Amino acid sequence: MTSPRTLYDKIWDSHVVEEQQSGNSLIYIDRHIIHEVTSPQAFEGLRTAGRSLRRVETILAVPDHNVPTTADRETRVDSIESKTQLDALERNCKEFNVDYIPMMDARQGIVHIVGPEQGFTLPGTTLVCGDSHTSTHGAFGALAFGIGTSEVEHVMATQTLILKRSKNLRIDVSGPLGSGVTAKDVALAVIGKIGTAGGTGSVIEFTGSTFTNLSMEGRMTVCNMAIEGGARAGLIAPDDKTYDYIKGKPKAPKEAEFEVAVKYWNSLKSDPEAKYDNEVFINAFDIVPQVTWGTSPEDVLPITGIIPDPMNFKGLDKKASIKRALDYMGLKPGTKLTDIKVDKVFIGSCTNGRIEDMRAVAAVVKGRRIVVQALIVPGSGLVKLQAEHEGLDQIFIDAGFEWREPGCSMCLAMNADKILPQERCASTSNRNFEGRQGPKSRTHLVSPAMAAAAALRGYLTDIREL
Amino acid sequence: MDKFTKISSVAAPLPITNIDTDMIIPQNFLRTIQRTGLGKHAFSNIRYNDDGSEQKNFILNQPAYRRAQILIAGENFGCGSSREHAPWALTDFGLRCIIAPSFADIFYGNSFKNGLLPIKLPQDIIDSLIKDAERGANAVFTVDLENLEITRPDGEVIGFEIDPFRQHCLVNGLDDIGLTMERGEKISAFEKEQKIQQPWLYK
Repeated sequence: MTSPRTLYDKIWDSHVVEEQQSGNSLIYIDRHIIHEVTSPQAFEGLRTAGRSLRRVETILAVPDHNVPTTADRETRVDSIESKTQLDALERNCKEFNVDYIPMMDARQGIVHIVGPEQGFTLPGTTLVCGDSHTSTHGAFGALAFGIGTSEVEHVMATQTLILKRSKNLRIDVSGPLGSGVTAKDVALAVIGKIGTAGGTGSVIEFTGSTFTNLSMEGRMTVCNMAIEGGARAGLIAPDDKTYDYIKGKPKAPKEAEFEVAVKYWNSLKSDPEAKYDNEVFINAFDIVPQVTWGTSPEDVLPITGIIPDPMNFKGLDKKASIKRALDYMGLKPGTKLTDIKVDKVFIGSCTNGRIEDMRAVAAVVKGRRIVVQALIVPGSGLVKLQAEHEGLDQIFIDAGFEWREPGCSMCLAMNADKILPQERCASTSNRNFEGRQGPKSRTHLVSPAMAAAAALRGYLTDIREL
Repeated sequence: MDKFTKISSVAAPLPITNIDTDMIIPQNFLRTIQRTGLGKHAFSNIRYNDDGSEQKNFILNQPAYRRAQILIAGENFGCGSSREHAPWALTDFGLRCIIAPSFADIFYGNSFKNGLLPIKLPQDIIDSLIKDAERGANAVFTVDLENLEITRPDGEVIGFEIDPFRQHCLVNGLDDIGLTMERGEKISAFEKEQKIQQPWLYK
């Protein structure tokens, strides 16, 4: 009898092509998503070496990082460089015969939203993309992680990667979420607890009733942020909710084969006696709406908190890094978070650009007017169509939002959507790094409902008191 | 890929924690379809003033460190994005070795593919190396990957550890795609088996 295994162990074991002498394993890769920023050099590498794609049918290509989000997007790509990258993706896909969803296709969107929507993301698979937020797909029980361009090329040519087994880190959150508390708040609270390097070398499995009670959208938000806790991948065991989401999606298995697949997927969950290298337990009751105040996602506090004093941290390096973050953010110790004025609000990204996020914002802003410039960018064309079908677009427009076309947008400011220097933004994205939303931009990470509340008041706001 | 056997250089101290990939190479410069030419943009947001002139306080702008091949940094170096533009920018700038207490996983892996050696050492040793490095042009370190040794400016030798396969590839400048392609038969055998187990993955 084999010893009890975790979900991660099972997926890993079922993908070992061979154990290598060095202690690494050659791991088979089932699914590969590519976008315009991290793939051109990989295609060029293949071309130079005269190599071909081992299994072209395992690749899905979607442009997302550079695409304009304005209505005139087809004719107005913001820079020559962006256009060069977008054209290169299209050209490469044509040359190598890769399944490509163009910018003007209704299915286009952020790769991590499109993959699940198309049924490309399936439980028990290994899935990679040249983007760190590939961890998102772990919500389906897929071992999904971001890779560099050299690895993109490696997967294209060989359908494998040379990897070292990760440690198993279990993060268990149990109990019902309080009013105004969302998947995003849980993700931020977890990162606040373990730190941005807490998951380094590990794959996180999220267990507990809080996660099983989340929708697939919420689970994707949580797994998306696993990388901000340092873990290359996050996982949630697939269940009926997962299968309901997948069923009927264009690339998902159909009919009798779907039933066979479900049987297999049901065998993946961690065995009851499985051992984890580390375990963290959190009571959902202790989580309130979160907001980041610094330049790392671990710089996070409950919205009821105040800006910390660097002098209260241990170690010279830590003191210096907190001081640096506060200087960058233009904040003083002791300031109440709810007294911080924002200049812009961004709602969207692979973290919070799904239909449930759109609905959460609409519920907050319906019949009200926002007081700062705010962008709402659906994560995909299908999210946009669904939101419009539900009449949410009109709620946003009436409230004063700019309702945009799908893409990564202001999460990383590679297109024209940017925060200006020293401007402060409440953002539903995943990173508050220096310069992330534009040079000298200042980012506060929050949930969609909290971002909506900030847009209404012009200050960081406790959604529970709105 | 450039081989890495042994280098001797001054080391630039940059003891900031969580130096993320956005800091190493900001998003504006990711819009390239080449691997080269990013060195001038490395650390752009903290290296240059708004008018494009150099920020005098930034360590790699100081005369002693302009040609440093070694950078000594704080924990969790390279956290954030998977962009390989980060090691491309660092190597194009001239850096060949980053020494830090810890690295983010994706950056760590990307470095080896580009002839950039990331070395993990305990914080107390890093602290003493930073003291050496602060002596500037007079403090030359030697990093020897074949023997897994760093020689400090005063001659003291410190050992470090690297996965033997990564060491082998970097010392010999090997392309691991070529190595994996030699395993083609094994990969085909895996696919044959998986197709029976999970036929829906082969449509």
